[in-house]
Amino acid sequence: MAAGAARLVGRLGLLVGRRARNYGRMGYSDSAPSRGPEYTTDLAEATVSLTSKQPLPVYRVLSAGGEMLDPSQDPGLPGETVVRMYEKMVGLCQVDQQLYKAQRMGLISFYMTSYGEEATHFGSAAALHEKDMVYAQYREPGVLLWRGFSLDQMVDQCFNNRHDLAHGRQMPVHYGSPEHYFQFISSPLATQMPQAPGYAHGLKQAGSDNCVIVYFGDGAAQEGDAHAAMNFAATLKCPVIFFCRNNGYAISTPVEENYKGDGLAQRALGYGMEGYRVDGNDVLAVYNVTKKARELVVDEGAPVLIEAMTYRLGSHSTSDDQTGYQDMSEVKDWRERYFPRDRLRGYLQSQGLWDQEKEDELVSVTNETIRSAIKRARAEKKPSLEHMFTDVYDVPPLRLRRQKEEVQAMVAKYPEHFPTASHE
Amino acid sequence: MYVPHTFIECKYGPELVVTCTFRSSPVAGSNRVFNTPLSEQGIVGFGIGLATQGSTAIAEIQFADYIHPAFDQVVNEAAKYRYRSASHYHCGPLTVRAPYGAVGHGGHYHSQSVEGFYAHVPGIKVVIPRGPSQAKGLLLASIRDQNPVFFFEPKWLYQAAGERHTQLASLCTCMQSLSLSAGSDVTVLGYGSQIQILRQACEMAQSELGVSCELIDLRTILPWDEDTVIQSVCKTGRLVVSHEAPLTAGFGAELAATVQAECFNHLEAPIQRVCGWDTPFPLIFEPFYIPNKVRCFDAIRTVVDY
Repeated sequence: MAAGAARLVGRLGLLVGRRARNYGRMGYSDSAPSRGPEYTTDLAEATVSLTSKQPLPVYRVLSAGGEMLDPSQDPGLPGETVVRMYEKMVGLCQVDQQLYKAQRMGLISFYMTSYGEEATHFGSAAALHEKDMVYAQYREPGVLLWRGFSLDQMVDQCFNNRHDLAHGRQMPVHYGSPEHYFQFISSPLATQMPQAPGYAHGLKQAGSDNCVIVYFGDGAAQEGDAHAAMNFAATLKCPVIFFCRNNGYAISTPVEENYKGDGLAQRALGYGMEGYRVDGNDVLAVYNVTKKARELVVDEGAPVLIEAMTYRLGSHSTSDDQTGYQDMSEVKDWRERYFPRDRLRGYLQSQGLWDQEKEDELVSVTNETIRSAIKRARAEKKPSLEHMFTDVYDVPPLRLRRQKEEVQAMVAKYPEHFPTASHE
Repeated sequence: MYVPHTFIECKYGPELVVTCTFRSSPVAGSNRVFNTPLSEQGIVGFGIGLATQGSTAIAEIQFADYIHPAFDQVVNEAAKYRYRSASHYHCGPLTVRAPYGAVGHGGHYHSQSVEGFYAHVPGIKVVIPRGPSQAKGLLLASIRDQNPVFFFEPKWLYQAAGERHTQLASLCTCMQSLSLSAGSDVTVLGYGSQIQILRQACEMAQSELGVSCELIDLRTILPWDEDTVIQSVCKTGRLVVSHEAPLTAGFGAELAATVQAECFNHLEAPIQRVCGWDTPFPLIFEPFYIPNKVRCFDAIRTVVDY
């Protein structure tokens, strides 16, 4: 009420020519004293102009081939940590290939790869604390793998068998794991975004020193939910990292058809938060940026935006065909020059931490793990029919309990029309 | 499905991956068939504006499951535009298309039937075709209609092998319901992809029970063709309604309530609704969730045996 009265006084002040107070309408910093607006008769001074505006540069640490470009930017991680990043990355690359094939063979109904974007997962996940809550879009399983979710668990979810934590209710790649502080994926774009600052706000109120990270793509960033999320986070001061994987495409829509401005990073300014643009295919650069972002977020209890420039090497999903709209020579170029796995291996080799023998061993062991996971997952029973009705509410209402009985009666009456044998 | 460009001014959406739209782009030109930024609230709001300006606007939402951010624009704007301005302004030239319904592996977010939400707001129309020929004729009718129309296309149709469709001239462009088979024992009522299932259930009822079913395709959900349905149930005395959307407060409830009020003295049995269960659409349990042909057949048997 007091603020409203003050704004009214301010407006009156303008009308009678006195200097108006600011009341937080302008400016970026909480701490800078508000001097009130600067007035000018030169329109150019009051113009936000695009002319001679250059795109925000991209922060990187490794060359395309994996050489450290600037030793002062070396995060100084222990060798085994960087090796672990690589091993997990290979795991993701291999499981992507095998589960994609499994879909083409009709073993699973759907799959999405993270082909080309692996560094965004491991670089960021490694810089977070294990209890920082993760909200993801659907192309970030590496974050789960980093935290300890197994390839077997991924495969079980994709096969919708009885081991799936969510009882086979959702499409493949819709992972979640409370043990690993990872919210369950939902397909709609950006719906997770306003939830992240809400969760973060709760953490802050509870005195936690954990933060939240929310991942989304360049397409999702155009949804209304994305705007609401960033504005709420900044205005309400929520400790959340916004991590945008700008991979160039939203299914077949290239970025030029999704926005006109300089990507996402500069939008941070508009919302009143700090923003970074990073080479998303450079795992160490992503690590550095996320680490810095996390420090800022936890220290100030305020959000940060990271825009990771990367490239989607594969199709959007098994329901899409990139050859219909993506320039395959562009795909080839990114694959040859900036593939995160090759780039990280280049770095490891230059540090004497990796060699061909280790590579062959890892690939062989990983492939075998995935092959046997698929073989086992295929043979498993599907979840029990009772799980169609659990978890709609905490306690099933009477009508739902009756519907469950109705299904059971129907199955008993017409058994040949229902696939009960494949369920637990 | 190729729609002649003379009937299209603008066709747009976040992701024009569907083959029909891809093919029409070279004919119409990219200023008339184009991608938009990824925002459903933007797409529908933009469409309302374009239509109000007088252009024919055909918006595409990738899946009906994703239309919900546009709910405000639909309910508070599109549906009330003409009424609040005494027809001085309207967004009649707007048609919004979206694939809906089960597809075998869609789960929560690629299987939804949303007609129940949109049937509940006066001022828009909701149209649902059952097959390719119907889709063509009904879409043309929807585009020409001077009210905003929400056109939900059965998703599985995109994978269906095909259907020979008749000449444009003989396609019914009206949006009334259609009796697909004359019958004397029970009226079976549905729309969209469920018609295929109901047809099979009616055939089963004929062959196994000797029951003669009158199958009606509603085609337009809002406003719906009461007279055809009432006339049929007054004749047969029995009604089975079926839709994939969940039972509680589904559109079948509106159909059942109206028929019981108008046909009370003619009813020989309680009206049966065969619908999805009251849960989110569960992927692995889809065969148990959907109102399949045996559940529909069982409902026909129930009303006949009553």
